[in-house]
Amino acid sequence: MTDSRINPTATGEETELLEKLGNELRAKAQAEELLDVSYRIVDSPVGSLLLASTPAGLVRVAFETEDHDKILELLAQKLSPRILKDPSRLDAVARQLDEYFAGTRHNFDVPLDLKLSTAFRRQVQLELGEIGYGHTWSYSHMAERIGNPKAVRAVGSACATNPIPIVLPCHRVLRTDGSLGGYLGGLEAKTELLKLENPDFGGAPGTLF
Amino acid sequence: MQVPFERIVQDYGLNVLRVCRALLDEHRAQDAWSETFLSALKAYPQLADDANVLAWLVRIARNKAIDELRKNKPEILDDHQQWEHADGQPDLGLELENLQLWREVAQLPQKQRLVVGYRYLGGLSYAQIAHLVFGTEAAARRAGSDGIKNLRRILGDDTLWQEQS
Repeated sequence: MTDSRINPTATGEETELLEKLGNELRAKAQAEELLDVSYRIVDSPVGSLLLASTPAGLVRVAFETEDHDKILELLAQKLSPRILKDPSRLDAVARQLDEYFAGTRHNFDVPLDLKLSTAFRRQVQLELGEIGYGHTWSYSHMAERIGNPKAVRAVGSACATNPIPIVLPCHRVLRTDGSLGGYLGGLEAKTELLKLENPDFGGAPGTLF
Repeated sequence: MQVPFERIVQDYGLNVLRVCRALLDEHRAQDAWSETFLSALKAYPQLADDANVLAWLVRIARNKAIDELRKNKPEILDDHQQWEHADGQPDLGLELENLQLWREVAQLPQKQRLVVGYRYLGGLSYAQIAHLVFGTEAAARRAGSDGIKNLRRILGDDTLWQEQS
């Protein structure tokens, strides 16, 4: 499902027609407000990314390692099975991601939908947007920022379950000793993002844990 | 658990297209395809988990096709009850999964195609088909029988859709 699967028994004419009819269906579904989740897949230096949005905003960014098909199934369960591939709604975020990876964009400006997160996690995840490009915070600093200095572990979980990575930069949160901590997209992706933002970033000193 | 609707479109778009083309001329077949998937999208969250998705889609497509025909033949409205009642008749196994079959049906001469489509997919009687499409009941039977003969020959399957009579 991640790329347009071509039915092997379809003739060329049928394949073309189905693509045309499919596009018309997406447009009509959107016009009639029947599309609860739309998604597209984009390429990036950290692997292909699944972008999913609701009418309210960007609801999920998923790394290839998370298994895009599985993520779409989870979205069907948690949000709505009315899910269609529909690039038009995600043009802005795709363009801004391109600019981010080209190094020309430091802040994202797209509507976000954090309905996949609980209230506490939402608070932490929104706070991630306050960490400046190229900077890093520790999990304990993050806990202080939200006025709950003892909640370091809970802050760690909130970062680990950030549904909108990269756009909400949980990669900018490190352990107090400067080691990487975890990352949904893998530690390589975390290092790559940090190096993109700050070429002097040396990676994890010592061990990862 | 329900899969994302995109997968339904990818997996069954071709089946529904071939069924629509068996029932309607090209332009109306494309409209019926779109309306089928739009209606299906609307109703999808309420569909039972264990439902046969393809049969469900084809039932919607079939009803769309009948709606199209009704536009020109409003008197068929009176037959609507019979149509619903005829659901599943004759019970010969619709072979909805058989993509090649439905492709061949769509390529039959028009009269044969319509009779086969409405008889086997729609479960209409020959009298109803004659009324809907053309001519007399006898002509409809003849076209249907020619159509089935052609399909059996093309597909090399002598047992296809044998009606007990």
